Amino acid sequence: MTVESTAARTPRRSTTSGGKRASAKKAAPKKSTEPQLVQLLTPEGKRVKNAEYDSYVAGITADDLRALYRDMVLTRRFDAEATSLQRQGELGLWASLLGQEAAQIGSGRATRDDDYVFPTYREHGVAWCRGVDPTNLLGMFRGVNNGGWDPNSNNFHLYTIVIGSQTLHATGYAMGVAKDGADSAVIAYFGDGASSQGDVAEAFTFSAVYNAPVVFFCQNNQWAISEPTEKQTRVPLYQRAQGFGFPGVRVDGNDVLAVLAVTKWALERARSGEGPALIEAFTYRMGAHTTSDDPTKYRNDDEREAWEAKDPILRLRTYLESEGHADEGFFAELDAESEALGKRVREVVRAMPDPDLMAIFENAYADGHALVDEERAQFAAYQASFADEGGK
Amino acid sequence: MGVQKLPLAKAINESLRTALDTDPKVLIMGEDVGKLGGVFRVTDGLQKDFGEDRVIDTPLAESGIVGTAIGLALRGYRPVVEIQFDGFVFPAYDQIVTQLAKMHARALGKIKMPVVIRIPYGGGIGAVEHHSESPEALFAHVAGLKVVSPSNSSDAYWMMQQAIQSDDPVIFFEPKRRYWDKSEVDTESIPAPLHKARVAREGTDLTLVAYGPMVKVCLEAAAAAAEEGKSLEVVDLRSMSPIDFDAVQASVEKTRRLVVVHEAPVFLGTGAEIAARITERCFYHLEAPVLRVGGFHAPYPPARLEEEYLPGLDRVLDTVDRSLAY
Repeated sequence: MTVESTAARTPRRSTTSGGKRASAKKAAPKKSTEPQLVQLLTPEGKRVKNAEYDSYVAGITADDLRALYRDMVLTRRFDAEATSLQRQGELGLWASLLGQEAAQIGSGRATRDDDYVFPTYREHGVAWCRGVDPTNLLGMFRGVNNGGWDPNSNNFHLYTIVIGSQTLHATGYAMGVAKDGADSAVIAYFGDGASSQGDVAEAFTFSAVYNAPVVFFCQNNQWAISEPTEKQTRVPLYQRAQGFGFPGVRVDGNDVLAVLAVTKWALERARSGEGPALIEAFTYRMGAHTTSDDPTKYRNDDEREAWEAKDPILRLRTYLESEGHADEGFFAELDAESEALGKRVREVVRAMPDPDLMAIFENAYADGHALVDEERAQFAAYQASFADEGGK
Repeated sequence: MGVQKLPLAKAINESLRTALDTDPKVLIMGEDVGKLGGVFRVTDGLQKDFGEDRVIDTPLAESGIVGTAIGLALRGYRPVVEIQFDGFVFPAYDQIVTQLAKMHARALGKIKMPVVIRIPYGGGIGAVEHHSESPEALFAHVAGLKVVSPSNSSDAYWMMQQAIQSDDPVIFFEPKRRYWDKSEVDTESIPAPLHKARVAREGTDLTLVAYGPMVKVCLEAAAAAAEEGKSLEVVDLRSMSPIDFDAVQASVEKTRRLVVVHEAPVFLGTGAEIAARITERCFYHLEAPVLRVGGFHAPYPPARLEEEYLPGLDRVLDTVDRSLAY
């Protein structure tokens, strides 16, 4: 399949504001640098129609909506617990996802079991959707491992810390999926800061050239540590896709329903051989970059307050309540479940043992290496020398 | 195929062909590796016989080549990627060092990274800047990578077979100025293990350790020295990570003198590591300090100067004399 044929068959979302494709099809390029977001739930919790994306969530039930709500609440609770654990000295560092729950749960729940996810280091909500035990995510932040889970058991790759590297891994994986003739799709997460990385541009190029079934999911949380998005780009990020020959769409990243719909659309077209797509989830990093960061140095409270009014969890709760989809019992039960999760996470982290000293040498190579063997033996002998003196 | 005299480049080509033929998961990726067969024709004819799906012309983006190879390896493929020239590997250095080398350890051994990165390296072909470098030490320094370089056609064939079968990433340095040198390849023989050194010429007075393009120079130096009554042993290291220190030690315990020769700058190079290790292992056997012959701490020179820059017969013998004078 060629890139040309793909372009011909797919809506050019890059040049239109989602939902107004028909009327905007031949319009001049948008003047606004803040194009309309794809939105299905307003910040006030009102369901709005969207001709293009409604069909992707048409079958959604009250149960499904409550499940999405539950995912977001539990993810936020887990995240808050991890931040507390860092403050208590149990974790060395934590990268909070506060404010990005809808972007992560909406996209994570759009994936199928056989799809493959390539996260950054902040995709705790996506990990949750993939069935990764949240306590597994804490190992690297506590300092007991540098990864710590089998990527293939949940098709959820290891957290990647070097910015943007994983977009190429996702593209290569997707190239493999296509070679295998499988109808799975791959989703690569990255942020607004990563959009400046060469690897991300190369991933766009490779995926377009090979028509790889990969969805690039950019959480534009407005801040790359202290640098606002304006320091990364002069065009809305989703528009970058057009230059590479695939569609890009900007979605309200705090609207779990819209994110779910748009991600389903992108994954389904990838699965059906139509190639990559870029989703820019417009959201906000409510907390610090990590627990080592101090946002008071570079941004003001007004901005945060404005985004608080668009909170992803609150708007879904308003909608659930106004539609009569959830009662007090549901919320009370969820509160209890949240507290139980927090308690479990606390207990597991506090009991997490330090790795064995010899783990330094483990898995440096799959087939072994003479130097590693030699150094391991030397280090073991050195350690053993203390045993004679009643040490360790 | 049996026994055949082949140029080194053709031996690699045959090895890649065998791998593509026997393992459907093997892929060839790189710039111009398809119709053109690579700028050195190492992949000549492979795309024609195995198709564009397995012999893949890539966009001109080295980080992209290695990064996507990592993803393909995660999916169960065994990519063999070509970096067109030594000096072009650096856009991919990040992916190689921060991702490829560490992935197995980060996943606590749950995933493997069977990726081979082929790099034509070294000088001597009168090329322009960035086409003549020897960056092997920059890779050997990184845990998680294995680094090898063949010096002859038989090793080129077999070491490539073994590199592709390895479940660890292997940086495969190909001595580009030896691509056209012919020697015998026996595709039915039983090869030595990938990371074992080989005694290329036996001697008693001094050991020369070299690899890749410098093995030939050292063999010529040994022949010239023999005419003066000096018996030099030549050890072809073959692998720069891991290094077969046992083989070097065995040779030095016999000859008591060691000179390491490589094109790469000597400062913090392979020779420096060998000097340190062999001094530690053979302190009471050595009659002279371990000496090195190699590149200078200066950028690779323009081609008109490379004949003087590259270690040749005379510079090797000059250093041999310095060692013997102790």
